[in-house]
Amino acid sequence: MAQQDITQQRYTDGKPNLRRFHQARWDEPINFELSREGQRGVLVPEVEEEIKDQVGDVLATLPLTVRRKAPPRLPELSQPQVLRHYLRLSQENLGADLNIEIGQGTCTMKYSPKINDQLAGHPKLAELHPLQDEDTAQGILEMMYRFEGMLKEISGMDRFSLQPAAGSAAIYTNASIIRAYHKSRGEADQRDEIITTIFSHPSNAACARTAGFKVITLYPGQDGYPDLEALKAAVSERTAGLLITNPEDTGIFNPRIEAFVEVVHEAGGLCVYDQANANGILGITRARDTGFDLCHFNLHKSFSSPHGCGGPGGGACGASEALAKFLPVPLVAYDGEKYYLDYDRPDSIGKVRPFYGDAPVVLRAYAWVMSLGAEGLREVAEIAVLNNNYLLNRMLEIPGLSAPYAEGKRRIEQVRYSWETLTEETGVHSEELGIRAADFGVHYWTSHHPFVVPEPCTLEPTESLSKDELDEYVAIVSHVTGEARTDPELVKTAPHNSTIHTIDHSPLDDRSQWAMTWRAYRRKAGGA
Amino acid sequence: MSQGKATVYPYIPNSAPEVKRQMLEAVGAESTEDLFEDVPEKLRLKGRMTLPEPLLSEYALKRHVEGLLDKNQTAGEYLSFLGAGCYQHHVPAVCDEVNRRGEFLTAYAGEPYDDHGRFQALFEYASMMGELLNMDVVNVPTYDGFQAAATSLRMATRITGRHQVLIARTISADKLSKIRDYCKPSIEANLVDYDPETGQMGLDALKAKTSEGTAAVYFENPSYLGFIETRGDEIAAIAHDHGAICVVDADPISLGVLTPPADYGADIVCGDIQALGMHMQYGGGHAGYIATRDEEKYVMEYPSRLFGIAPTSIRGEYGFGDVAYERTSFAVREEGVEWVGTAAALWGITAGVYLALMGPQGMEDIGKGIMARSHYAMMEIDKIRGVKVPAFQAPHFKEFVVNFDGTGKPVADINQTLMARGIFGGVDLSKELPELGESALYCVTEVHTKEDMNRLANALAEAVG
Repeated sequence: MAQQDITQQRYTDGKPNLRRFHQARWDEPINFELSREGQRGVLVPEVEEEIKDQVGDVLATLPLTVRRKAPPRLPELSQPQVLRHYLRLSQENLGADLNIEIGQGTCTMKYSPKINDQLAGHPKLAELHPLQDEDTAQGILEMMYRFEGMLKEISGMDRFSLQPAAGSAAIYTNASIIRAYHKSRGEADQRDEIITTIFSHPSNAACARTAGFKVITLYPGQDGYPDLEALKAAVSERTAGLLITNPEDTGIFNPRIEAFVEVVHEAGGLCVYDQANANGILGITRARDTGFDLCHFNLHKSFSSPHGCGGPGGGACGASEALAKFLPVPLVAYDGEKYYLDYDRPDSIGKVRPFYGDAPVVLRAYAWVMSLGAEGLREVAEIAVLNNNYLLNRMLEIPGLSAPYAEGKRRIEQVRYSWETLTEETGVHSEELGIRAADFGVHYWTSHHPFVVPEPCTLEPTESLSKDELDEYVAIVSHVTGEARTDPELVKTAPHNSTIHTIDHSPLDDRSQWAMTWRAYRRKAGGA
Repeated sequence: MSQGKATVYPYIPNSAPEVKRQMLEAVGAESTEDLFEDVPEKLRLKGRMTLPEPLLSEYALKRHVEGLLDKNQTAGEYLSFLGAGCYQHHVPAVCDEVNRRGEFLTAYAGEPYDDHGRFQALFEYASMMGELLNMDVVNVPTYDGFQAAATSLRMATRITGRHQVLIARTISADKLSKIRDYCKPSIEANLVDYDPETGQMGLDALKAKTSEGTAAVYFENPSYLGFIETRGDEIAAIAHDHGAICVVDADPISLGVLTPPADYGADIVCGDIQALGMHMQYGGGHAGYIATRDEEKYVMEYPSRLFGIAPTSIRGEYGFGDVAYERTSFAVREEGVEWVGTAAALWGITAGVYLALMGPQGMEDIGKGIMARSHYAMMEIDKIRGVKVPAFQAPHFKEFVVNFDGTGKPVADINQTLMARGIFGGVDLSKELPELGESALYCVTEVHTKEDMNRLANALAEAVG
């Protein structure tokens, strides 16, 4: 047998080649299957005998209606088994700490500094109760106050609330403020329409609808940019506001954004800037300077807090001076001596989340800004945009790929590409390319729905990836598209190196088969 | 910062000047300025933002942040009896070990082929919550218990096609504020009075308010004020008699000993999972659950992601995916149910670790232990002259209201005295619920020892004496 030769897989001459990646595959059972009667994972503190003697059988004080009859059928596992189980599951993930995480465009999967994680877990924060006397929480309140100051400078806005739990919660909060504003002017019933664009995040449309508005969605104009004429045709005395991303999810910056704001203002509406895509414009351009009334930042995107498998995150809502009175209560304030929570805000929309915001996320974001300063933030934006345009150039060398809209122009933070030509030529779809890319250890995402861009994929390299890593990603995608041309079945039958094999999705949309819990699965599948 | 020499930022690989130069050349740009060609000159920020000078070394940053944190005195350093929605329970070490793993901490939206482990961990979380709640469907966590309650009520309005919800008046002012904001503009949220002796929802008041327009009847169990609502079955029956949905908000850590609300008639159960393995983090440990029966009319009204188990091309292999994805805003924007986005998945995984560690025996032990301790605390505090505890004659779980009217001292003063003795007294309710007079909401959990409670009772006796 010939000696195996992996020279071609090595990282030679500074030129990345393809790794012989295989995702961890532990064939890990569902934890219920590991259960053995009587095992214990952790013991809880014993009640002292004197207490037992004094209170007697406390459960006997409960009426039978509220006294649990049978113990919950949770798995019974020892502590090392629980740890091993979850560490095996952790290995079966491609987190941003592991892979060249540029495949989740619009989500700003940047590096989350480890020092900030360490500080976020500090007992001086972990063990802090939100209703402690303010005198005992001066450190965290000062940090929140200082961080608000940073966001004010970055956006030009006048006040911020750190309360909303994440980006979409912040969009909803801003929609709620729009409602409160028009109500304060007696126009709430009349102004029931929100305008957004198709390449703004879907939550702009969805949150506006949830807040009770009708949604008008604008499509790009002939030149590929958001269409000002379409906006002019859409506004009326019913316009409550505009919710818009810029750069949009295509990575295109709307050069007419100021005119957009003016048109909506002239119609009597408010303008809200969804700054989920702010990473590429930090220190370059500011929401308030363009005339926006409200904005929000995602602290788990641009400000480096980790994404946590889908949260916890942080959504910070900024408001102009005129609208600050509507922000959720309380705001963090400073009287010259002491930081405090200001509840005396009668026009506020009220609470949108328990307490005051996601403190560990705020800490990470604050520490991240402190590690960079004004020049550093601008460097973040410049390098993120440089990386993106470098990647754009390199990606467009791959046959079958295009970057629709505003062709030939540079992009800001991400690009929504189209494999339409490749699909026509090979029959291989973008989604299939993504699954095959996972065989090489990288994540790849298509786009939000609907797929306005045919056969989409959305890449956002952020500032956190090196040139070599960008080249490696391009090499993987290029290799996979080569396979699509020479051996499309190989791509269509992927994954081949994943934890699992091709999923049969049909039960997930069939009420007779779907199972969101193990108990439902056992019942429906007959204990399979 | 040294002048004239560009800073190389450790988090930004291509800030190294030579690499940056090569890349600019590759994209045909003279400088990074050229990359922003679509940003109108007028909108470009002139000059530099005014931000604090950076702390470029990791050590300087650590020292600065720790300096701020040092200004906090925590519930770990004081003896704390604060609760009211955020709870000091012991967090098993394995919970932190798992949620600090970079593979979980920094994963996000990978497909099942990228992130099988995330899907399985969240499926297991839902499965264990399902056992605790005796329900078949549990969502991937939403933001927090407030959001879970607000969404549950909106789900009920969509399922019934009705627009009025009834809420037990003993709800916290903050949660009610959230619900009211979230129910605008089309849903009417009305409060149902409680029995001032027992705190229990007034059944006559409920009957009088329930109508064919009622979408949901909502109550907490245990309530915000700590007492256990013992007539859940009767409340659910009244709701059902009018075709309304019964929504119960339950603290999951109580369910090793308390009846799962589904067993007394709840159709939607919701709440916050912070108690299950999350540190308090100044309110940063919250995540919300929503649970229902496995009925399509309920399933299709969840805005959250629902992870289901599915077969793969290999017999016996488990795969996972999104159930009924087409209902979500990810799939159909404003035509979806409310919205879905980044929420609190890591806390769901952590709560799963917690439940896997605790098992059935652990959940029963912790429930019993908490009840024994809170009863003991009430008995000790009750010995103090002029103090009434519990303010409501009903069984209690971990929280209870202490009324100080008979002492002539305001709660604010009493709490100041306690603080001087290293104790965080109960949450002052005197402004939030003036009808309860000078009252405070005390919380006792498994972290409190007999000595802790005796210390509290002694300090209270001194404070009111």
